[in-house]
Amino acid sequence: MILDYPLIWGFLIAVAIFAYVVLDGFDLGIGILYPTTKDSDERTLMMNSVAPVWDGNETWLVLGGGGLFAMFPLAYSVIMPAVYAPIIGMLIGLIFRGVAFEFRFKSSVERRPFWDLSFFAGSVVAAFCQGLVLGTLVQGIDVADRAYVGGWWDWLTPFSVMTGLAVVAGYALLGATWLVMKLEGAPQVHFRRVSKYAAVLMIGFLLLVSMWMPFINVSIMEKWFSFPYLLYTLPVPILVAVTTLVLWRALMSDKDYTPFVASLVLFLLTYVGLGINIFPYVVPNVYTLWDAAAPESSQKFLLVGAVILIPMILIYTGYAYYVFRGKIKSTEGYH
Amino acid sequence: MDSFADGLAVDLARFQFAFTIAFHIIFPAFTIGLASFLAVLEGLWLWTGRDVYLRVFKFWLVIFALSFAMGVVSGIVMVYQFGTNWSVFAEKTGAVVGPLMGYEVLTAFFLEAGFLGIMLFGMNRVGRKLHFFATVVVALGTALSAFWILSVNSWMQTPAGYAMNEFGQFVPEDWLQIIFNPSFPYRLVHMVLAAYLTTAFVVGAVGAYHLLRNRFSEGAQVMFSMAMWLIIIVTPMQMFAGDLHGLNTLEHQPAKIAAMEGHFENQGPAPLILFGWPDEEAREMKYKVEIPYLSSIILTHSLDGVVPGLNAFPRENWPPVAKVFVSFRIMVGIGFLMLFIGLWGLWSRLRGRLYESDWLHRAVMVMGPAGFIAVIAGWTTTEVGRQPFTVFGLLRTADSISPVEAPAVWASLVLFVGVYFIVFGVGIFYILRSMSKSPDNSHGLKTGVPVRSAGITPAQALEPNEGDRTDDS
Repeated sequence: MILDYPLIWGFLIAVAIFAYVVLDGFDLGIGILYPTTKDSDERTLMMNSVAPVWDGNETWLVLGGGGLFAMFPLAYSVIMPAVYAPIIGMLIGLIFRGVAFEFRFKSSVERRPFWDLSFFAGSVVAAFCQGLVLGTLVQGIDVADRAYVGGWWDWLTPFSVMTGLAVVAGYALLGATWLVMKLEGAPQVHFRRVSKYAAVLMIGFLLLVSMWMPFINVSIMEKWFSFPYLLYTLPVPILVAVTTLVLWRALMSDKDYTPFVASLVLFLLTYVGLGINIFPYVVPNVYTLWDAAAPESSQKFLLVGAVILIPMILIYTGYAYYVFRGKIKSTEGYH
Repeated sequence: MDSFADGLAVDLARFQFAFTIAFHIIFPAFTIGLASFLAVLEGLWLWTGRDVYLRVFKFWLVIFALSFAMGVVSGIVMVYQFGTNWSVFAEKTGAVVGPLMGYEVLTAFFLEAGFLGIMLFGMNRVGRKLHFFATVVVALGTALSAFWILSVNSWMQTPAGYAMNEFGQFVPEDWLQIIFNPSFPYRLVHMVLAAYLTTAFVVGAVGAYHLLRNRFSEGAQVMFSMAMWLIIIVTPMQMFAGDLHGLNTLEHQPAKIAAMEGHFENQGPAPLILFGWPDEEAREMKYKVEIPYLSSIILTHSLDGVVPGLNAFPRENWPPVAKVFVSFRIMVGIGFLMLFIGLWGLWSRLRGRLYESDWLHRAVMVMGPAGFIAVIAGWTTTEVGRQPFTVFGLLRTADSISPVEAPAVWASLVLFVGVYFIVFGVGIFYILRSMSKSPDNSHGLKTGVPVRSAGITPAQALEPNEGDRTDDS
């Protein structure tokens, strides 16, 4: 059987990273939105809406990073030193927000604001650093002789700071619309309003990134503005416009589920757009998927497991979401 | 590339890895055993219907949740550190060890994460049997995780089943040989038993603490008795497994054995050096106390078998001798103390004084953290003993590091040390506080909060964080 393993793995890792972005996206978003309410009970509701699933959401990050390490070790080894500081920042952010899920309820009531801050700041820092990594990759990194040769501050540019803020805004939208779906009564009304602000921010950043990106990276310009390519890429902006419209109308007409679903679609379209920009590279403009791929025997070996195990993972993860489906009720406490 | 040759960056990166992994391993070493303990407790509860098992289950579930959360967040750091600090290692070995870690994520991490939510919060929603199933699956997940990560670690110690390509990368030849490399079975057994012992001593110490306050505490009796059974059964098994592991190391990594034993010359018969201070420069053991013939007997199972000394190996391939020598003695010494405690417990039990012997309880309390110390000492022995290589004999540590400047490694190291001490220090404090609550109060999990009475059915009573979070509802 002739299979293009690097292509398959490139796709699977892209899917894993996307799964991470939207799943941890909404629970990081909940942390980002903590300061929008001062009410401790409401904050408890927010956190409890993701408490049973956040750990699983974060596991996709391990699969994305671990998958890159295993299947494209060359890419992993040049990217990580290039984004050294943002990765460390992300890890430390994830520590502070992750332990808050437990510590917030173990501390005395007086110290709870500290873990609220830890949850908020950790979420913002993790999201911002992920955006920095994205921006750094899109603008390109210096590689020679199979190693990163840039400095340890190269990642810091106006463009990467902007992508960092864009990711924070995007996660805030996911978190706000998730809460519209999971809450009811006054808190739901509150987050419906927050969703509108977040949607405006997200769309604003989306336009900014889309306009700025072609100037950062010339090959991107060709894909979006030269003739034969245009036919393939044009549907993306059109679909983004349609989805935005759906999202906005759903927020205006008190729908519970539609805003979250529309936000997910918006993320998917953005992600596909980015994928078009980067493909066929895994390290933009340096290594293609095939340049950086691990030997076929490695790719085959893990693919067997992935084909069997990923559907199982989706089934039991889906079951976990199903168990904790529906509105979070304040009388129900933790559930 | 300056940083490749920069010894400071190498030392800092090594220290950072050692620090973050030593902190990380505390949590999985504890949760591997605790997950199994919880599964046994819940099984006993379902089987016998005795309320006390449920209470002890709930008591430890809170502690498990805290430890697990800290294990997760400190573990993500490890995955990314391969890239940030050890990118050349990642590039050269990714094709071989990467897929093993990929399998760890696919078979273990998702499994644990998927069912942990149900285990912690789902009793009311899924019912007793499915809840028990979730607990068992989480325990299985922790064991699978140990399987894969120890396979990776063992391959770095005793590489097998690989070839090299034109870029100097390790490429897989035979996956079965890679996974079941020569030291893997020994290391896996030794580590899993260590995890069980670590948990047994923590559980035993907590039980002892509560017995000292109230020897009729039913919950404390259950945990103390179960822990003491585990200690007396597992400690001898662990010593046997450790001996086999040592013989395996002698076969594949003789320089490490020489450092552990503190022998500089090849000798037969070789004495066992109990204590001493290895002087690497002078190539001799100072202030030594030794038992004739014993090293030969242990390592070769004959009176005059030849045991290797460090001088048989090039100086640049020696591991840091003193660290390996001392850490090995700490581990073995704790092992003997554990055996002593196990025998003492058995003797007290046979005399019917298991719950009345204050001195036994005090001794077990003091030994509460012994498992952690032994685990860290054991890992120091094997990992420092692998030096100066990352992949033993093939890839040197100095050639594995990222092209990152020393200040970057410095800055991140300082950050990690600060954050870990604050965050995990607080977490350990919360764990200790949870441990000090009475195990006979089924919902007294939190102080300073009005406690709501448990539900009338056991299913409602099982809500682990109910008392914990009533203030939030």
